[in-house]
Amino acid sequence: MTNSIHTHTLSVLVENSPGVLARVASLFSRRGYNIDSLAVGPTEDDNISRMTIVISVEGHALEQVIQQLDKLINVISITQLDPITSVQRELLLVKVSTTPITRSQVLETVQLFRAKVVDVAQDAVTIEATGNAEKIQALLRVLEPYGIKELVQSGLVAMSRGLKPGSITTENQ
Amino acid sequence: MSSENGKQMTGATSLVKSLERAGVDVMFGIPGGAILPAYDPIFDSPIRHILVRHEQGAGHAATGYAQATGRVGVCIATSGPGATNLVTPLADAQMDSVPIVAITGQVASGAIGTDAFQEADIRGITMPVTKHNYLVTDPADIPRAIAEAFHIAATGRPGAVLVDIAKDALQKQTVFNWPESVSLAGYRPIVEPETSAVRDAAALIASAQSPVLYVGGGVIKSNSYKELMQLAELTGAPVVTTLMARGAFPDHHQQHLGMPGMHGTVAAVTALQKSDLLITLGARFDDRVTGKLSSFAPDAKIIHADIDPAEIGKNRIVDVALIGDLKYTISALIPALKAEFKKHQPDLSAWWSQLNSWRTRYPLGYDHPTDGTLSPQYVIERIGKISGPESIFVAGVGQHQMWASQFISYENPRTWLNSGGLGTMGYAVPAAMGAKVGSPDKVVWAIDGDGCFQMTNQELVTCAINKIPIKVAIINNESLGMVRQWQTLFYNERYSNTDLHSKRIPDFAKLAEAMGCVGLACESREDVDRVIAQAMEINDQPVVVDFRVHRDAMVWPMVAAGTSNDDIVVARSMAPIWDSQEL
Repeated sequence: MTNSIHTHTLSVLVENSPGVLARVASLFSRRGYNIDSLAVGPTEDDNISRMTIVISVEGHALEQVIQQLDKLINVISITQLDPITSVQRELLLVKVSTTPITRSQVLETVQLFRAKVVDVAQDAVTIEATGNAEKIQALLRVLEPYGIKELVQSGLVAMSRGLKPGSITTENQ
Repeated sequence: MSSENGKQMTGATSLVKSLERAGVDVMFGIPGGAILPAYDPIFDSPIRHILVRHEQGAGHAATGYAQATGRVGVCIATSGPGATNLVTPLADAQMDSVPIVAITGQVASGAIGTDAFQEADIRGITMPVTKHNYLVTDPADIPRAIAEAFHIAATGRPGAVLVDIAKDALQKQTVFNWPESVSLAGYRPIVEPETSAVRDAAALIASAQSPVLYVGGGVIKSNSYKELMQLAELTGAPVVTTLMARGAFPDHHQQHLGMPGMHGTVAAVTALQKSDLLITLGARFDDRVTGKLSSFAPDAKIIHADIDPAEIGKNRIVDVALIGDLKYTISALIPALKAEFKKHQPDLSAWWSQLNSWRTRYPLGYDHPTDGTLSPQYVIERIGKISGPESIFVAGVGQHQMWASQFISYENPRTWLNSGGLGTMGYAVPAAMGAKVGSPDKVVWAIDGDGCFQMTNQELVTCAINKIPIKVAIINNESLGMVRQWQTLFYNERYSNTDLHSKRIPDFAKLAEAMGCVGLACESREDVDRVIAQAMEINDQPVVVDFRVHRDAMVWPMVAAGTSNDDIVVARSMAPIWDSQEL
C-alpha cells in the first residue's frame, strides 16, 4: 500500500453512535468506492469517534467521496491528510519461522526496523512493528524468505503534524 | 404549548405529543403489534389518522401529501412486514427529494437481534434509501428523535427519514421534553451561495450566445418559481423543465420549450445539445435527461445551482457551482446579472430563431388510431383541458406518465406529481389520495396505467371510506405499455409477459364499484368529453374511469437508452432533419 497519487487518507470525525460504521460502509459499497483500509477508534471526546479511511480514487472522484460522506448526518467533519504533513502509522504482528541458524538473522532485522519481538517459540518468533505503509511492506519483504506463518495488520491511523488540525477539506460549512 | 414539557407520560404519548408539536395534521398508517402502544394515544389526538389498506399506500400517500403541499408527509406502520412494506415508498421519496417521516414500531429492545416475531432490522434495511434514520430504545429520546427527523426531512435537500421505536420504549414512562431547537453537529445545510460564485455565474450568463435554463425539481422544492420567472424574463433564455419540474415554469410561456430527456420535446432536447451554457437550477443531470453522458451538451459550459454539494460534479463537471437554497441563489443572481447586463447583454435573437424553427417543425403530437380505437394521448389531453390547470395530476409510471407530462399543460407548481427517480409503478392512486387530503379543495386526478393500477388500487377503499374523492383515469391498453414499446422497438415485437388482458379481466368499473367508488368506462373518442364531464361532477366519492385505449400507441419523441441525445427520434424510424448549418 503505497501513497501513490491515487491513494488518499481521510480523517473523519463521526458521532459515537450505533450504526455509524454501517452507514459509512454501506455508502462506500453502494457508491462503488473501494476502501483500502479503515480504522475506527475513540478520540479525546467520548461523544466522537475518529475513522481513518484510506481510499484509492482519481482526483475528481475523491471530491465525490468526500461530499457523499459529508451528507451522512453522523459525520461531523472530514479532513484530508497529506502524507508529508501528517504522521501515518500501521501496526503489524507477524509470526516468522526460525531455526537455530536463522533466528539471529531475524532478530537483527527486527532491530534494524526498530520492531519488537513479543513472543518466542521453539520454531518461530512473533514480531510487532509500527510504521508507515512503506516501512511495514519493507519489513515484510525482508522477513518473507524466512517463512511467514501468520500475519495480522491494522488499518492505517493518522494525525496531522504540529498543533493545528490538518488541511480541512470540509467541515459541514 | 410548552406546558406539557416536564410532564410524566408513556413513550407512546410522548411520541404523539411530539408529532403534534412537529405540526403534523394528518398521517397515514396501519397498526400492528409493535406500534400498538402508539395507537392508543393516537385515538385521542387531534392528528387525523387515515387507516390505509397496505403500508406502501401509507408511504406514497405521505409523499403525495408532501408534494402537493410542501409540508412533511407522515406515515406509520408496525415492525417487520409493516416496516418492510414502507421500503419502496421511502426509496421513492428519497430519490425525488420529498420530505416524509416514517414512524415504525420495533420489537421490544430486549428482543432485538433474536429474530423475534415480526422483527426486521428496518434501520439497517433503510439506511441506503433514507436521508437519515433512527432506532429509539429509550423513551426519553423520542421527542428529540422526532424533532430531528422533521428537521432533517424538511431542510437542505429534502428527503425521507425513518424513526424506528422499540415497543418497550413506547410502553415505559418518561418525562416529555420537546427540544426548542435542533442542532446537529454533522448537518448544516448551506443556504446562501458564495458571492464570488454568483458573480462568476452572472459573467458567464452575460457572455453566453445560446444559454438554456435547465430547470429541475429543486425549483419546486424551494418554492422559487417566482424568482425563476424573473430570472427567465431577465435573461430571455429558453427554459426546459424536467419531469420533476413540470409546473415550475408555466407551459404557456413563450420561453418554455417543454421537457428535456428520453421523451422530451425535440426543441428542449436539442436546445440542451446545442447550448453554450446550461444554467442548471435544482436538477441533477439524470441519465434520462442527459442520454449518453459523454455526448450530452458537448459545447456547453455548466452553471450548477443545487443545495446538495454532492450533486456538483457527480455526473457532469461544472464551471461554476452555486451551492445553496435556490431561492437565495436565484435572488442573488438577479441583481448580479442586472449589473452585468448594464455592461453587456447578449443578443439571443439568432439562438431564438433556431429554437423556434425546431419548435415549429417538431411539435409534440400524436395520431388517432386508424382502426377507430381510442388514442391514449387524446384522453389525457382532454382530461388536462377539461379539468384545467388548477387541478393536480398524479401519474403512475410508464407510457401514460410520459403522455401526462407531455399533453397536459402545467401552469402552476405542485400540480404535477409523479415518481421520477425510482419509477415506482403503483404510485398514482395512493399519492393522489395523499394529495387530495393535503389539498382538499383541488380536483385531483390520478392518471394511471392498467398495470400500475393493479398494484395499489386497494387504497380506493381507503378513499371511499374516508371521503377522499379522487378521480382515477385508467389508461387501459391491456399491457405493460412502456415495456411493450421497448419490445416493439428493441426485441423484434416479441411480447414476452407484457400482455395483461386487462380489457377482459378485471372489469375495472365493477372493481371500482365494489370498492365504493363510481366506476365508468369509455372506449370511443366521441364519449371522452362526456365521460370526463361526468367524472368531474362527482365530488362526494372517488370515481374511476376505465379508458380502453389503443394498445400499440407509442411515446414519441424518444432517445433510446444509452444513446446520444443527438439521436433523438421523433417517430418510429424518423429522425429530425437538421439543416446542415444547425449541425
